[in-house]
Amino acid sequence: MPPDLLAAALLVARKDLAIEFRTRSAFFSAVVFSLLAVSIFYFAWDPTAIPSADLAPGVLWVTFAFSGLLGLHRSFGVEGADGAMDALLAAPIPREAIFLGKAGANTAFVLAVQAVAMPAVVLLYNVGGGVAWLPIAAIAVLAAIGLVAVGTLFSSVVANTRLAELLLPLLALPFFVPIVTSAAQATAQLLGGRPLADAASWLKLLAAYDLVFVAACTWIYPHSLDA
Amino acid sequence: MTGTAVLAPPTTERDPAAIEARGLVVRYGRRSALAGVDVTLAPGQCLALFGPNGAGKTTLLRVLAGLRRATAGTVQIAGQPVGDIATRAFTGLISHQVMLYAALTARENVTFTARLYGVPDPAGAAMAALERLGVADRADTAVRALSRGLMQRVAIARAIVHAPRVLLADEPYTGLDAAGAAALTATLDGLVSAGTALVLVTHQVSEGLALAHHAMILNAGRVVRHDPAPPLDPVRYAADYRELVGAT
Amino acid sequence: MTSPAKPAPLAASPIRTPSVDGLLVLGVVAFAAALVRAAFFTPPDATQGLAQKIFYVHAPSAFVALYCACGLVLVCSALWLWLKDERLDRVAEASTEVGLAFMTVVLITGPLWGRPIWGAFWTWDARLTLSLFLWFVLLGYQILRGAVEEPEQRARYSAVLGVLAGLLVPFIHLSVYLFRTLHPMPIVLKPSSPSLSSEMLVSFLFSMSAMLLLFAGLVRARYRLAMDQAELEHLEGRG
Repeated sequence: MPPDLLAAALLVARKDLAIEFRTRSAFFSAVVFSLLAVSIFYFAWDPTAIPSADLAPGVLWVTFAFSGLLGLHRSFGVEGADGAMDALLAAPIPREAIFLGKAGANTAFVLAVQAVAMPAVVLLYNVGGGVAWLPIAAIAVLAAIGLVAVGTLFSSVVANTRLAELLLPLLALPFFVPIVTSAAQATAQLLGGRPLADAASWLKLLAAYDLVFVAACTWIYPHSLDA
Repeated sequence: MTGTAVLAPPTTERDPAAIEARGLVVRYGRRSALAGVDVTLAPGQCLALFGPNGAGKTTLLRVLAGLRRATAGTVQIAGQPVGDIATRAFTGLISHQVMLYAALTARENVTFTARLYGVPDPAGAAMAALERLGVADRADTAVRALSRGLMQRVAIARAIVHAPRVLLADEPYTGLDAAGAAALTATLDGLVSAGTALVLVTHQVSEGLALAHHAMILNAGRVVRHDPAPPLDPVRYAADYRELVGAT
Repeated sequence: MTSPAKPAPLAASPIRTPSVDGLLVLGVVAFAAALVRAAFFTPPDATQGLAQKIFYVHAPSAFVALYCACGLVLVCSALWLWLKDERLDRVAEASTEVGLAFMTVVLITGPLWGRPIWGAFWTWDARLTLSLFLWFVLLGYQILRGAVEEPEQRARYSAVLGVLAGLLVPFIHLSVYLFRTLHPMPIVLKPSSPSLSSEMLVSFLFSMSAMLLLFAGLVRARYRLAMDQAELEHLEGRG
């Protein structure tokens, strides 16, 4: 019996992660990029005028968006190289499983990069003690889901075009605005020691965004294909 | 569970034809890739498909494989509509691209495909397929490290690991040397004899006709000629072909 | 014997771009007339002065760009995914191009109006912010189309982007709203639609109608151009 939606998605996700493990180049590139960007941002402001800890949320989530793009770009690249996409499309699995599998792998990728970037920001930007790790991790997961949903879909679209590297950021970044805004604002509230309730509106916006776009992108993905 | 080898000759009334396609049209706006194509193929038979570039051969194969939806017309594979997900389990696809993941090993590639098709004991089936193609000894080499000929063999192993009833081969001889081509012909011949229906798109007239039970020429989205193959002389056929589609 | 394949018939008869496009001419004339009326024949606003007159261009452009153009793109994109009719794609294409032009007008006239009235070239208010991001999306749409050769694939990707962009709009709105609620920003003068005297209202409505006419004329002309080009390519290909 051919695998159902979930089983097929897991197969695709595992395959993508196995390939990434084998080469690791995209992961390291994204991590190094994050660390470099975070470092460069530090020198763009006057630390006496603005405490670096105040800059931290913005820097963290902006670099998250751009390093996410790096990882997303290779997501469908691996299929295109030798026509492997056709093999996936010819298999007796629902098309949505391909999208969900790749999105799943991309989410793991993005979260892994954030797992390095977040402590780095806390360290380099002297973010004060008592960082509420759990809520911020929750923000990271919500933001990653939204970013990956839209980013995976667009990377599938641009994979077949001539200007892939340029097009992906161009198309995806407007869609990242609500994500980066919500994540950064919510993080700022939390780091400022405000109670969770203050950040709640932003979290709700993020959650709503995730619901809408995961559903929409999963539904629209088969329509973006030839078949 | 698919894959029981059909050893009997062509269809009886109860066996569905392996491929039954009627009136296939693939069109968008003013552009027409297929303009009404019929294909019937019984299990254990091979159809050689010829035609100039842009004739619609690849489009036809993609429709049969379930990769592309036709604008009009019907396609049944082993008696089931091609649009159903489960129908894709009956079909295998070989292309001039290898459709493999360069970073993974041959074994991993074929096992992955076996799992996608729900083959019981995917690892075992993968090794069996690799053995059949004579590349079992390179099973744990990354695909990118293999020569083109070996890669193509792994690609074929990937395409047949689930014992498809219908095999669609789109210019599989591309980039193969004489030895590779001979090995490919032998493999395809073995599969056809064991009951797989094969549609072979190729530019090599002699190789195509050697395997085929029928030969078809496609031009501008239509079938312009369809003959039973065995009586055909490759040289005459090639000459007729050139005349039919204009010198290439 | 080859039987030459007959070209597939177009869903409708071939469009001919006429030598004089009545609607477009009407739109341009109406637009010019509206400008003249707004500039010379409408009294200036008591509080905002002459600068307020930009409003007669800015507000209708925003309406047309946001509701007409983007709405049309969204609807045509969704319908294309369902029906796969080439004409829907061409309408969406035309609408995006014209919408991009109107949106650019909005983004230019906004700061021109904002500087004398609000004391700032740019305030991240809801409408301007949305206009800015939709401008980026429309631009992205154009570039995406330019990067895909095959017509059906191009239509498909454009439709996907069109539908997703439609879903994005409420989230941009909400983000800006939440942002401004939590971070009230001081502005010299609170921007608001001026209360209009009857003369100004007439000018405004005239301007709005002119913009709508101009939009319709431009979209139709652009659509015809696209269809004619497709027809020409088709004939050349077979010729």
